[in-house]
Amino acid sequence: MSRVFLGMPAHAPADVAALHARRPFPDAARDALADTQLRRNIGAATATIRGKRAAVVAEVDDWEQLRLAGQAIKAATMSRLAEHLQRLEREVTARGGTVHWARDAAEANRIVTDLVRATGADEVVKVKSMVTQEIGLNEALAEAGIAAWETDLAELIVQLGQDTPSHILVPAIHRNRAEIREIFLREMPGADPALTDDPRALAMAARAHLRRKFLTARVAVSGANFAVADTGTLLVVESEGNGRMCLTLPDTLITVMGIEKIVPTWSDLEVFLQLLPRSSTGERMNPYTSAWTGVTPGDGPQEFHLVLLDNGRTAVLADEVGREALHCIRCSACLNVCPVYERTGGHAYGSVYPGPIGAVLTPLLTGTPGNPSLPYASTLCGACFDACPVRIDIPSLLVHLRGRTTQERAEAHLLPSAEAVAMAAASWVMASPRRFAWAGRSARLGRLLARRGRIRRLPPPLSAWTTARDAPAPPAQTFRDWWRSNRGKQ
Amino acid sequence: MRIALFVTCLSDTLFPQVGQATTVLLERLGHEVVFPQAQTCCGQMHINTGYQRQALPLVEHYADVFADADAIVAPSGSCVGSVRHQHATVARSLGRHQLAQRSAAVAAKTFELCEFLVDVLGVTDVGAYFPHRVTYHPTCHSLRMLHVADKPLRLLRQVRGLSLIELPDAEQCCGFGGTFALKNADTSTAMLADKMTRVLSTRAEVLTAGDSSCLMHIGGGLGRLSSGTRTLHIAEILAATETGAGS
Repeated sequence: MSRVFLGMPAHAPADVAALHARRPFPDAARDALADTQLRRNIGAATATIRGKRAAVVAEVDDWEQLRLAGQAIKAATMSRLAEHLQRLEREVTARGGTVHWARDAAEANRIVTDLVRATGADEVVKVKSMVTQEIGLNEALAEAGIAAWETDLAELIVQLGQDTPSHILVPAIHRNRAEIREIFLREMPGADPALTDDPRALAMAARAHLRRKFLTARVAVSGANFAVADTGTLLVVESEGNGRMCLTLPDTLITVMGIEKIVPTWSDLEVFLQLLPRSSTGERMNPYTSAWTGVTPGDGPQEFHLVLLDNGRTAVLADEVGREALHCIRCSACLNVCPVYERTGGHAYGSVYPGPIGAVLTPLLTGTPGNPSLPYASTLCGACFDACPVRIDIPSLLVHLRGRTTQERAEAHLLPSAEAVAMAAASWVMASPRRFAWAGRSARLGRLLARRGRIRRLPPPLSAWTTARDAPAPPAQTFRDWWRSNRGKQ
Repeated sequence: MRIALFVTCLSDTLFPQVGQATTVLLERLGHEVVFPQAQTCCGQMHINTGYQRQALPLVEHYADVFADADAIVAPSGSCVGSVRHQHATVARSLGRHQLAQRSAAVAAKTFELCEFLVDVLGVTDVGAYFPHRVTYHPTCHSLRMLHVADKPLRLLRQVRGLSLIELPDAEQCCGFGGTFALKNADTSTAMLADKMTRVLSTRAEVLTAGDSSCLMHIGGGLGRLSSGTRTLHIAEILAATETGAGS
């Protein structure tokens, strides 16, 4: 590393809209819930992927051991992250690549823009990557007059539709075939007006469109699923092969990678290359796995740049509990099993990382004041933890972040909210058996609101409950009173 | 066996019949039930809403009240889940390491009712009689935090007269989630609607589960529909006999 950094690590800056939700989750979710087409599209897609994943996971006898191995490798790697990153830098450099360190999104965008400019190109082809979505690279390149073409089919649909991804693996999961046909006809130059919504026809149209880009682009930008420190090798796994076209045809390849994507050795990959495809696409093996190491004279890109991005990651690492979120391998299994995601879709989370992992990773990267409603966007049902291939205990991380959120609000001397007052009062009452018994008996007053044993309308804030459900009428006698009269004092 | 009942704050104040049924059931099986009257609440609502500091007195209180018990039984998967998976963590994160140790020790002898019956007492036939069509919803914390698996179903299958109907998509969350139901009321309601559709598709007379909180949520929704399907805690079914539930 060229500079010595002292002080606390910084969170991702707020001007990166791709991580900072513009609206609180409950508000954004309300709009999504009203869109019945969206709910149908997402419900059908997640149910299909869930079924496929369950079938291929059931085939593996030692799945639980694999998960434990994945978790252990990640934990060990994170505990010596700096060491592994320095090794990676040495190995990449030794093999003819150039390594750049980017503290945050703005710095990474500047580095990439300058590198593209230096080649004289005014367009780049892109391999699907979450990290370039995170830093808003396409927008930054556009500002510099450089066109960035997404080549992953789903990313292409999202880009042409002037939309944002709503799923980590299936960015256009919220779109159906008819909608995709309309987008192609409207936005794809030279699209056949007779195009049908048959998936094959749509794929062929995209293929013709992309082929022109592959053959002309001189610069490609990718992310990385893994980096092997030992040899300085980068890896991308994908389904369509479009990524491999980008990784092999252009003269210059620029890879942007979050610093947590590193693994120490090739043998570590053995575990993740089994866990990832089964968890994400429900396949035994993904169709294309591309690995490259530096540059090879006369073969593939002759110039290779690796941009190592922090953007809040060392701040996450500094959080003893939260750092587990850095183990994520972006498989999206947690999204597909999450009952909240299934109903609201990804846009409601206001971040490129939606779903359960997004609800923890996003506020960890930005700091909780940047996304105070996301840790609450879960019922803590635990389905995400069960599905996670590297055993990230997402429910516990959500609870941890909720604690951080309220603690920071208290320290900032924000006026006590109705909730904080109620929680403090409840704690005071419940800490004393005498006060608690008194409160239990007082609840009988609620019987005044009841008709036929049910309460149909409660006062705010509990009115949120009775908009859709009855509340039970408090009983004439609490349990402890029943005990006293039927089992005597003990 | 001398069993300490942790009735939970929800059962104490809103569903006393669940605590009564648990008492009657354990006594019928030949055990002595004691009710430490100083008990209050496990603090799960505080912890899950982010008020760890306010939960700490409740965590400490639970450890004090139940310190001497041989075994503690609660008719709630989520409260037992909180005691077992959160109490020691909360104490440790607030620097109370000795309390964390005490909490872990008390947590180790705290059981959810169904797992206690099957794992500790070794019974699946509790001598119950309940001649109705019943469907069972496995609540998330029983299922995924405590791994009670099919223990409640094994108990229900032994109940005379009871016909058990499988609930489609049973493992999907009902959308309650404590304060989630208030903070994200719209999403919670959407999840509830789907759960109710599944429940009604079974044409069961009774929906049962091991948590009064989830049943309060689903039952509150079913009540609005005047569906005829009512909710009962599994303790109430297991306590029922030919001569009634008895108390």
